[in-house]
Amino acid sequence: MELQTLTYIVVGLTFALYLGIAVWARAASTGEFYVAGKGIHPILNGMATAADWMSAASFIGMAGLIAFNGYGASVFLMGWTGGYVLLAMLLAPYLRKYGKFTVPEFIGDRFYSRTARLVAIICLILASVTYVIGQMKGIGVAFSRFLELDYDTGLYVGMAIVFFYATLGGMKGITYTQIAQYVVLIFAYTVPAVFISMQLTGNPLPQLGLGGTMADGTYLLDKLDAVLTDTGFKEYTTAGMDNRLNMFVYTLTLMFGTAGLPHVITRFFTVPNVAGARRSAAWALVFISLLYTVAPAVGAMARLNLMQTIEPTKGDYLVYAERPQWFKNWEKTGLLAFEDKNGDGKIQYTADKATNEMVKVDRDIMVLANPEIAKLPNWVIALVAAGGLAAALSTAAGLLLAIASSISHDLLKGILTPNISEKSELLASRIAMAFAVLGAGYLGLHPPDFAAGTVAIAFGLAASSLFPALMMGIFSKRVNRTGAILGMLTGIIVTMLYVFQHKGIMFIPGTSFMGGMEQNWFFGISPNAFGAVGALANFAVAHIVSRMTAEVPQDVQELVEHIRVPQGAGAAHVD
Amino acid sequence: MSQESENNAKAYWKANLRLVMICLVIWFVVSYLFGIMLVEPLNEIRLGGYKLGFWFAQQGSIYTFVALVFFYAWRMNALDRKFGVEED
Repeated sequence: MELQTLTYIVVGLTFALYLGIAVWARAASTGEFYVAGKGIHPILNGMATAADWMSAASFIGMAGLIAFNGYGASVFLMGWTGGYVLLAMLLAPYLRKYGKFTVPEFIGDRFYSRTARLVAIICLILASVTYVIGQMKGIGVAFSRFLELDYDTGLYVGMAIVFFYATLGGMKGITYTQIAQYVVLIFAYTVPAVFISMQLTGNPLPQLGLGGTMADGTYLLDKLDAVLTDTGFKEYTTAGMDNRLNMFVYTLTLMFGTAGLPHVITRFFTVPNVAGARRSAAWALVFISLLYTVAPAVGAMARLNLMQTIEPTKGDYLVYAERPQWFKNWEKTGLLAFEDKNGDGKIQYTADKATNEMVKVDRDIMVLANPEIAKLPNWVIALVAAGGLAAALSTAAGLLLAIASSISHDLLKGILTPNISEKSELLASRIAMAFAVLGAGYLGLHPPDFAAGTVAIAFGLAASSLFPALMMGIFSKRVNRTGAILGMLTGIIVTMLYVFQHKGIMFIPGTSFMGGMEQNWFFGISPNAFGAVGALANFAVAHIVSRMTAEVPQDVQELVEHIRVPQGAGAAHVD
Repeated sequence: MSQESENNAKAYWKANLRLVMICLVIWFVVSYLFGIMLVEPLNEIRLGGYKLGFWFAQQGSIYTFVALVFFYAWRMNALDRKFGVEED
C-alpha cells in the first residue's frame, strides 16, 4: 500500500482510539477534571506519567540532538531521567500526602500567603507556556510532513487538534488516553530502532547494538567517529566535551526542572496513597527509560545512515537528481534544503560552511525520517508518524491542563472570585486552554530553538522557581513567606534575564539586546542551561531572608510535620 | 502530639533523610562524576564498542536511576512499617 494512504489509516485509527477514550471518560466534575477523581493504579499512573512526560521533544527532538551532538547531548538523557530520582525522593510522596490539586495551592498554603501563590502561578504559566511552544514546534514538524504541507500550515492543523482534544477530557480522559498513547509511542519508537539495529549490527536490542560491531567487524561507534571526522565534523563520542561546566549545569537544570514541572507533579495527585506515589514514580521512570536508553542508538544509527546515504563511498557523493523519495518529501516541508554551490549536481555534505551543500538539515526531522532513510517497510514509517503525534498530543494536553487549572482554580477561585461555581470554573479553565493554545501556537511559528532546546528553556524556568520553593517547603521549617516569595522571584528573574538577553524577549526575534553571542556567556554557560544558577540564587535568597524575618507560624510548622509522615493521606480533594 | 509519638516522628524523618542522602550520592556519582567530570579517564576503558564514560553518560546512569527509585520505594515502605506510620 502507498505510504501516504497507510499513514492516514494508522494515524486515523490511533486518533479515533484517543477520541473514543476521551469521550468515554469525559469529566463531569472539577475533581475528575483536575485529578481524575482519585485512585488510578500506580503502574497505570506510571504509564500515563511517562506519556505525559515524553513529549515531542523526547520523541522527535531528542534523538535528533543526539545524532548531531553525540556525547554532548548526554545532558538530555541524564537530565530528563535523573530528575525523576529527585521527584520520587524529594517531592512526589509529600505532595501526595498534602493532598490537594495544584502546585500553587501547596506553595500558597505552606508559605501562608496569597502573594506566594500568585508568584507560583506566574512562574508556572511562564514555564508551561514555553514548554508548549516546544511541543508546537514538534507538532508542526510532524503534521507538515505527514499531511505534506509547509511547516506553518502543519502547525495550524496541530493547534486545532490539540485544543479539541485537551478541552474535552480533563484529567480523567487525559489519564486513560495517555496510557493508550504511551503504548502507541513506545511501540512506534522501538520497532524502527530494533529493525535498524538488526540491519547495522545484527543485534535486535538497540541498547546493545549501539555498542556492537558492524558487518565489517568494526564497532559501530568507532565507525561513526571515523565517518564524521573524515568529513570535518566533531568526533561523535567526544563532541561537546570541551565545555564540561556547561554540561554539568545543564544536566542539573534539566533535573531540577523535571522535578519542578507542574504537569508531572500533578500526576502524583491522582494515585490513592503515599506508597502509591513512590511506586508510581518508580514505574514512570521504567517506562521513560525504555525510550531514553533506545534514543542514543536511534541518534547514532540515524546519523551514520544519513552520512552513508549522502556519501556512499568516500569522496563519492549522492547525485541530486537521484536523491531518494524521503529527501524530496522533506524538501517540501522546507526543513531540509540543498543548494548546489559548486554546480556539479552532487550533494557535498561537510562541516565546512563555505562548501557544505546540505544548507538546511533541521534536527527535528531525524527521528521521523530515520525509518525512511533506513528503507524500512511503509507500515513502520506510518507507525512512527502516529507515535510522534501521540507524544506531542499527550504532553500538550497535560500542560494545557496545568495552565488551565492554575488560572481557573488558583487564580480565579483561589484569589479573585472565591465564590465561583463549579460549572463556571470548568468553563473558565476551558477558555484559558484556548488562549494558551493560541499563544503557544503563535510563538511556535518562530520557535527560539529546536523542539528540545525550547523545552530546555521551560525546564530552566521551572528549575529556578518552583523546584526550590517546593523542596524548601517540605525539607525546611525555617523558610518563611518573605523568603520563599523573594527566592522564587530572584530565581526566575535571574534565569529569564539571562535567557531573554540572549534569545529575545519572550523569544520574539530581534528583541535580544546582546544577541546569542557565545563570548558573552557567563562562565560559558548557555542560556538553556542557566536554570540551575537561578535555582542556586533562589535557595540562597530564601534562606538569608528567612533568617532575617519572622519565624514560620506554629500551625504551618505542624503542616510540614504532617506531610512528612504518610499516615492518614486520604484521597486528593478540592476545597 | 505526645512526646513519644513526636520522638518517633523525628526518628522516622532522620532515617528517611539518611536513605535519601545515600541514594543521592549514588545518583551524583553515576551521572555527574562518571558521566561528566571523569568521562575522559573512564573513556580509556572499553565496554565492547562503548567507551565507559560515554556509556555511563548515555546508558549506565539511566539504569542506575531506575534501580535507585525502586530501592528507595522498597526501603521507604519498610521504614513506614518499622516506625508504624504506614497508611491504613
